[in-house]
Amino acid sequence: MQLEEFPIELNKISGAVPAWQGTVNAEQWRSACAGVHKAGGRLIALWGSDERERGGGYAVYAALSVNSGLVCLRLDVEEERPAFPDISDLFPSANRMQRAMHDMLGLHPSGAADHRKWLRHGTWAGNQYPLRRDFAPAGHFALEDDNYPFITVMGEGVHEIPVGPVHAGIIEPGHFRFQIVGEKILRLEERLGYTHKGIEKLFENVTRGEAAKLAGRISGDSTVAYAWAYAMALEGVCQVTPPARALWLRVLLLERERIMNHLGDLGALGNDAGFAFGLAQFSRLKEDVLRANGALFGHRYLMDVVMPGGVAHDLDASTKTRLTDEIQQLQDEVTVLKNIYDDHAGMQDRFLTTGRVTPELAARLALTGFAGRASGQAWDLRAQFPCAPYDQLEVRMATHRNGDVAARVTVRFEEIFESLRLCRMLLEQLPEGPILTDMLAVPDSAFGVGWVEGWRGEILIALTTDKDNRLRRVHAHDPSWQNWPALEYAVIGNIVPDFPLINKSFNLSYSGHDL
Amino acid sequence: MYKTLKQIVCTGIKTEAPPAMDDALRQQVQRLHEDILACFGRALAIRHVDAGSCNGCELEIHALSNPYYNIEGLGIHFVASPRHADLLLVTGPVSRHMQIALQRTYDAVPDPKWVVAVGDCGCTGGIFGVSYASCGAVSAVIPVDVAVPGCPPTPVALLQGILTAVGKEHP
Repeated sequence: MQLEEFPIELNKISGAVPAWQGTVNAEQWRSACAGVHKAGGRLIALWGSDERERGGGYAVYAALSVNSGLVCLRLDVEEERPAFPDISDLFPSANRMQRAMHDMLGLHPSGAADHRKWLRHGTWAGNQYPLRRDFAPAGHFALEDDNYPFITVMGEGVHEIPVGPVHAGIIEPGHFRFQIVGEKILRLEERLGYTHKGIEKLFENVTRGEAAKLAGRISGDSTVAYAWAYAMALEGVCQVTPPARALWLRVLLLERERIMNHLGDLGALGNDAGFAFGLAQFSRLKEDVLRANGALFGHRYLMDVVMPGGVAHDLDASTKTRLTDEIQQLQDEVTVLKNIYDDHAGMQDRFLTTGRVTPELAARLALTGFAGRASGQAWDLRAQFPCAPYDQLEVRMATHRNGDVAARVTVRFEEIFESLRLCRMLLEQLPEGPILTDMLAVPDSAFGVGWVEGWRGEILIALTTDKDNRLRRVHAHDPSWQNWPALEYAVIGNIVPDFPLINKSFNLSYSGHDL
Repeated sequence: MYKTLKQIVCTGIKTEAPPAMDDALRQQVQRLHEDILACFGRALAIRHVDAGSCNGCELEIHALSNPYYNIEGLGIHFVASPRHADLLLVTGPVSRHMQIALQRTYDAVPDPKWVVAVGDCGCTGGIFGVSYASCGAVSAVIPVDVAVPGCPPTPVALLQGILTAVGKEHP
């Protein structure tokens, strides 16, 4: 959908990514979303805010990806009638986001079929909404039973396996309810929200510096992507552009994060298929990357290295050689390991056709990130809307159409090689100069977005500012919101012992989703 | 098969590899391994519980099993059930949504048992603190023997924490 086709006038949002905003009424909310859906656009995120102190009611926001970039629609909702039109019939991923918005802010998606709670368990009362401004952050309620109504499958020989929230492995907490017959999975239903730590409420009362640290701890494995998205949103609002060297270093950090996570998961996937050799080899390579991170950037996982205005650590000429050698070593070793994986009949037997998400289903569910690219969804912000300096690097997007575990493994391998190529280019062409610029005070009532292709998929941070150089509302969106529902489909018809393999092939975030 | 064997031979045994990378760290790892073996034989069973962390601490707990730290090779292993565990390794902050699950997991571990709280958030609640959604430190929910700070703590710090817990006289 073209920008001119929107029913309202859109204003450019200043910042590093092409983004526009506009305010719609309830009717236009539906028609604009329907138009974007019809034209093949995607829903990126959905959130709300409490505007009552400012003389309004509530505001509902939708971030939509269209041909030209990101369009953020705002719908004002009256305090007396806190409801907005449902869009989950157009975008299935809206279902859980709308339910979360109700749990957190008390806004009701009118016309929606699913009214179950989502992020709220038994911790706060159903008529209390943490993201309302008059909700006390320290509010404490008596624990109630969760009583979540799972859908069960009836029939001869059908039984249920509840798994979690404490899982058997070293993994984040969540609950999976399987309906199975024999070993075959008939249905999986996820229950998330266990790691909800009130991150968005915390953002209301922290300084800008603390907010940057908090953004870097939304999902520990994506700290660079989140920190960059936050910095991008804030820099846009302040109309500050970081020095070129800082932007190039950010890409280096983000690509290292991608390499590190893909290495870890490729090892774990080998292990889940009974090939412990894979885990030993890939975890060794990952540890090498982590140690280099610690030595060169001061943190093994690169936390707090990206900060608003630039980056916290510079590279000197000698470390450049170390990184170049490391890239060559990784290139050689991963090539050897890829050949071994490709030739291993037992492992390929486990990978091929397992946990399949067809391109049609992936399009309907708006599957994002590398998992989307493994199911024919050719979206990659680094190639589609490249912010500086990605626009000079010509990122080659890896895609596949099979949508099974094998396809996700292939895409991960290809993305490692592409990230290594980018790192090599970055080191060769790294511009000289400062790495940090001063941040300015934020203007009141400004709106900013940061949109970054993390290793898992598109990460969005949207923020609005307040008086006195403060942040009013920060919303963080993890690509796992789109991809968790796809996992429920991917496992259908597979056997229970393949669930860990399928789950790991996506490796979705709990913390980034639960906030 | 040939390529796999070749890669294994070419990789060598990383756990005892010579200085190339970080000698000080390696010696420390080796010494810790001996201490754990001396006081706990070859059978310390750990159950990990993520009680609400950002997943950063989990990455370092995973790293304990890589060939450099090789925790499993030394008789310390991660088990699938709290009923098989001697020690709970808990990352935090404890979200209120995980409070009951953590308490039940603790209750399911047979006595004698140890608890190691992991990370700044597990120690104090960290950046997330105490709120409507977070109980804060692990010790706010279950008794803790040793707390290992860090964001996230390094694998060596984690090994030290585990050793400190099991080396202690348990009531």
